Amino acid sequence: MSQWLTLVARNVLRHRLRTSLTLVGLVVAILAFGVLQTVVKTWYAGVDGAVPSRLLTRNAISFALPLPKSYQKRISAVEGVRRVTHLSWFGGVYKDSKNFFPQFAIDAATYLDMFPELLVPDEVRRAFLRERRGAIVGRKLANRYGFKPGDVIQLRGTIFPGNWEFLICGVFDGRDPKTDTSQLFFRWDYLNETLRVRSKAQADQVGVFAVDVVSLDSVADVSQAIDEIFRNSLAETLTETERAFQIGFVKQTEAILISIRVVSFVVIFIILAVMANTMAMTARERLREYATLKAIGFSPGYVARLILAESVLIASIGGAIGIGLTPPVAAHLAELSATLFPTLIVSVNTVMLQALAAVVVGILAAALPMRRAARVSIVNGLRALG
Amino acid sequence: MTVVHISEARTGEDVLIALSDVSKSYRRGAQIVPVLARLTFDIRRKEFLALMGPSGSGKSTMLNLIAGIDSPDKGSIRVGGEDITLLPEAELADWRAANVGFIFQFYNLMPVLTALENVELPLTLTSLGRRERRDRAQLALSLVGLSDRVKHLPSELSGGQQQRVAIARAIVTDPTVLVADEPTGDLDRQSAKEVLEIMQRLNRDMGKTIVMVTHDHRAAAHAKRIMSLEKGDLSYLVEQRLE
Repeated sequence: MSQWLTLVARNVLRHRLRTSLTLVGLVVAILAFGVLQTVVKTWYAGVDGAVPSRLLTRNAISFALPLPKSYQKRISAVEGVRRVTHLSWFGGVYKDSKNFFPQFAIDAATYLDMFPELLVPDEVRRAFLRERRGAIVGRKLANRYGFKPGDVIQLRGTIFPGNWEFLICGVFDGRDPKTDTSQLFFRWDYLNETLRVRSKAQADQVGVFAVDVVSLDSVADVSQAIDEIFRNSLAETLTETERAFQIGFVKQTEAILISIRVVSFVVIFIILAVMANTMAMTARERLREYATLKAIGFSPGYVARLILAESVLIASIGGAIGIGLTPPVAAHLAELSATLFPTLIVSVNTVMLQALAAVVVGILAAALPMRRAARVSIVNGLRALG
Repeated sequence: MTVVHISEARTGEDVLIALSDVSKSYRRGAQIVPVLARLTFDIRRKEFLALMGPSGSGKSTMLNLIAGIDSPDKGSIRVGGEDITLLPEAELADWRAANVGFIFQFYNLMPVLTALENVELPLTLTSLGRRERRDRAQLALSLVGLSDRVKHLPSELSGGQQQRVAIARAIVTDPTVLVADEPTGDLDRQSAKEVLEIMQRLNRDMGKTIVMVTHDHRAAAHAKRIMSLEKGDLSYLVEQRLE
């Protein structure tokens, strides 16, 4: 190791407690930054995972309001539409209201065809189609509550009155890690038939129609055509791409997302201030050493590079540990948050942002001490107290 | 003892360092404090000169000027024929690396480097290879009697030993001149004696030119020549020859 590197490395270890505390701060900051960025990205996961050729038709007033099931046939007849399915938000409570997870009533056969990102084993699919009270659950949900095929679970309806029993037919997985596997799907016909008895006004309605179009070029025309059909009807529709639908959904929580983003950068700014203070203190204590180095012939640049390297090295070590801890912590957070964050996967972009943040903190924290140490006169530096 | 005025400085001798009409002042707030005014004197090659004088007389300033770590307001300082006041900062740093060995009152060793690494440090500015640097640093440490302390950190050495490491660091590049600012000021009597004897040996046996600032008459007595810079009359230098 060169003398320069030796000096840098040993200087890092010189005040072990101070370096350790700074490292802890850096680790926490980079970790928090990464987790918060991941949370924001996850919020947009639905947007990223949206299929361009899928349209969603909802009630024009609000997606909380239903549409008549009878619309399905008329939508299917629109030119450019390949197939149509539907899903309805159920909003039931499993045992306790804190046990939140998404539940949808679907048209089993068509829905699973149109959403190939849900990997449902053939035997599970067959059982689901066979069993009127059948339900399939995502892997994460099954793991969380220990659901297994053959279990009968009960949900208390909040939108649809009464207690609802479902028979778990099996577990589905996601095609990629971003696919939400914290959901439960059950059959809409079961919901509808029961509603005809319990709450007739809510029967024969669905939440959203999912429309698969033949060609991407016809997406705009098909959307317009669908909405045109139902103009001036009792339930006007709004048809948009799945992506636009997801963005609209996310937009409702945009203020929260912005706050999370701001907080993530505030965390970095705070650690920058802490790190800058540490480096300033370090450089001030070593002013006489730097002056000595300059006296015996080392350039101000050499001294500045010593400080910069030390700062960047500390920041990099802290950053690396923080980055390393982010995936397990995010995964743990996803577990703890139950179904609020179905997946918290740390993206490559987030890792790069974290690394960049660590390096930038290292560089900026060293800037002023470097300048001071490089510019201080040798005579004044030699007078400085060590 | 001979007392001469600076105006009687030697001519035609083997002059290594020549200060000519050197003035230096410092700014203290709005006030300008003159420290040296129109100082002219020479230092011969292979000389061991002790600079004495009361606090604030400007002896350390003069040492700093000779060592090229401070610059005069006016006048010239020639070392080995080269006017160092004309050198830009980067060249001056190179000049110091090649020509000046520093011995400080508080040793100024790098606390994270071992004795050997401290001594090797100035050699990293040269084109020498790692092995040669190590060999030279070891040789320098053996000259100051610290061959058995090469792997010790400064904190593991006594004050006297640390100053000996500093001397080894000062001589390892074989500089033209050694400048020592109160080299025994932080040492007990025995350690001071050892350090001064080493300096004396470096001057006598190896022909090193040494300029030492000291308050201590016992330390000054080890020099070949003592100059006393008197406070109040900055242009006046008293010299006593110990021969």
